Amino acid sequence: MIRQASCFGCFGELGLQSVSQPTFEVAHHAGWAVMRVSGEIDMATAPQLRHHVVTVTTDTPDGLVLDLNSVDFIDSTGLGVIVGAARRMRMNDADFRIVCAQAHLVDLFRITRLSEVLDLFETLEEAFVDIDPTVDWAGA
Amino acid sequence: MMGEILVHPTFDQLAPMRAQLTAMLEPEHALKTERLQDLRLAVSEATTNAIEAHGRAKTEVPVKVSVSITKNNVVVKITDRGTGFDPSKLTAHPPVTDPKRLEYERGLGVSLMRTLTDGCDISSNAKGTTVTLTMLR
Repeated sequence: MIRQASCFGCFGELGLQSVSQPTFEVAHHAGWAVMRVSGEIDMATAPQLRHHVVTVTTDTPDGLVLDLNSVDFIDSTGLGVIVGAARRMRMNDADFRIVCAQAHLVDLFRITRLSEVLDLFETLEEAFVDIDPTVDWAGA
Repeated sequence: MMGEILVHPTFDQLAPMRAQLTAMLEPEHALKTERLQDLRLAVSEATTNAIEAHGRAKTEVPVKVSVSITKNNVVVKITDRGTGFDPSKLTAHPPVTDPKRLEYERGLGVSLMRTLTDGCDISSNAKGTTVTLTMLR
């Protein structure tokens, strides 16, 4: 529950505002898993991301691509889950790639220097170009 | 302009808090879009820590997020009633060249707050913590 006050004398109880929950869509191709994430990832929703990542990586795919192009917000908790996903995949000798073209998110990976230990791509096509360049991801 | 958001200390209130913060700052054209995104993330990180502090202190009083917009800057203060911590004792992550870096899933929040804002002051004692985040306009 949130209340807001301002210098204009407004002091109202806003109540619990509805916020869209994140979604996680998983597809498989050529032994790889692709997880498309949308919405906001923070301390409240990061456990959902972790659950889906663990579920996908338990099936030990050859690689996991995390598509963050529809993510509206991610905080350090979400970045931590991504770090954990990378670690799980590497422990399984599997590949891990991130698709992210949003400047703000790319900046976040850069300033945390995670961009130096994670493989970032702007599109799914680019992420898969050395795996299977024939897949039409726009229609997938 | 000044405003205040009182946040019930549960994590499901983070997203509504961010929405409210954006609603307060956007009409004022207080910051450019990318700077607003930076501030939104920094405030969310500080509020996350504050909610965790209230959980440890077993208090349900709201976390206070105060917003002040002046001609020269935007200042957001996040105040909790937790039991405080020593900011100088925060552990640094291993360098990215160290394979052990991927073992650290937490602890980026304060570092992000400091990097994303023009000023990040943390004042803490046994009665609580106030994080003051400043963005120049």
